[in-house]
Amino acid sequence: MEIKVLGTGCAKCKATADLIAEVAAEAGKKVEIVKVEEMRQIVGYGVMATPAVVVAEKVVHKGSVPSRAQILTWLA
Amino acid sequence: MSDHTVSTRPAPDWLWHLGLLAALVLRGVIYRQLAPLSERLTALLPINRHSATGEAIAFFLYDVPKVMLLLTLIVFAMGVVRSWFAPERTRALLAGRREGVGNVLAAALGVVTPFCSCSAVPLFIGLVSAGVPLGVTFSFLISAPMVNEVALVLLFGLVGWQVAAVYFGFGLAVAIVSGWVIGRLHLEGWLQDWVRDIHSGAALPEAFESDRLSLIDRYRLGFAALREIVGRVWIWILAGIGTGALIHGYVPEDLMARIMGAEAWWSVPAAVAIGIPMYTNAAGVIPIVEALLDKGAALGTVLAFMMSVIALSLPEMIILKQVLSLRLIAVFVAVVGSGILAVGYLFNVLF
Repeated sequence: MEIKVLGTGCAKCKATADLIAEVAAEAGKKVEIVKVEEMRQIVGYGVMATPAVVVAEKVVHKGSVPSRAQILTWLA
Repeated sequence: MSDHTVSTRPAPDWLWHLGLLAALVLRGVIYRQLAPLSERLTALLPINRHSATGEAIAFFLYDVPKVMLLLTLIVFAMGVVRSWFAPERTRALLAGRREGVGNVLAAALGVVTPFCSCSAVPLFIGLVSAGVPLGVTFSFLISAPMVNEVALVLLFGLVGWQVAAVYFGFGLAVAIVSGWVIGRLHLEGWLQDWVRDIHSGAALPEAFESDRLSLIDRYRLGFAALREIVGRVWIWILAGIGTGALIHGYVPEDLMARIMGAEAWWSVPAAVAIGIPMYTNAAGVIPIVEALLDKGAALGTVLAFMMSVIALSLPEMIILKQVLSLRLIAVFVAVVGSGILAVGYLFNVLF
């Protein structure tokens, strides 16, 4: 599955992408993480705070580094 | 969607309330003991309490825990309050608002809406594309970084509540007036082309995710804010209070009064000119502000310095360059800078 992390390369955006990769590896899920750093695309998703997470083209989280529990619900 | 954050075995609600209350009481008790404790600690050291070194160390040992205790309390409280103010709610409150009222509301919302300079651009676009007037958007963008709880707590704890109140009032005033002026200038054409083409197709949501949180979820958000903000600023506070302690102990009284006193008319513009390109957060600049005031620098000059450091910074302008043309950024800096200058002069004349 593909998970997109929206954000212009701030520290929290990187932490988000790393955490998703880590949790996915632990859960044994195969995930492709795509970092979306281009501002036009980011605002195209209608988010007003980064980092934001997009699963199946739906914004599921925005404005902070998600928790492990949240990430697990996206992977399910 | 942060309502998924429930952990596997949640503690009962009453335990949360009780735990918080206990933490508050404990904090209050420690706070009252700080002055005698720091004196006793300083007395343990093999130095003369009344020497320059003794003064500097006593100052440091008292101020660091005091500021940290105040900061944790306020950052937690603001984290809880902010859980009601998602950017989406701010947008809904501001959309279609007329200038004037809109500027005042935007500046006030800037204080309570969670804001990080890395999100400035999506926030800006989110507001403008939803029909929030440009000037109103600017009021928000100016007040959000400038009037924040870290700045106010540090001012309150280190300099006194009067200066904190003055900073709060005039910070809002600069944001309101600057935004209003930018709105009057009708500079919508000076946005980057691609920003003008974005129209918000999405209807504004009727209900907000942030309304569905339980009180316990909000506590959790408060603790998350605590971890994040205190984790980010503690090093600045140590460095700032350290610098402040050195100035306090070693710099002669009249040096600062001569350079930054009220008599030197050029001191306010000089302070603003130095402050604009400087980038540090409120946590780093305020201990220095305290020491400057202590050594006889004029309040207006110091306020102007502090506001220009916090409100206008080179990294923020580089971020805003993605959505604003250079001309618009120049107008933004000029208008806000003039507002800060006015505040500085006003204070030096009044007090």
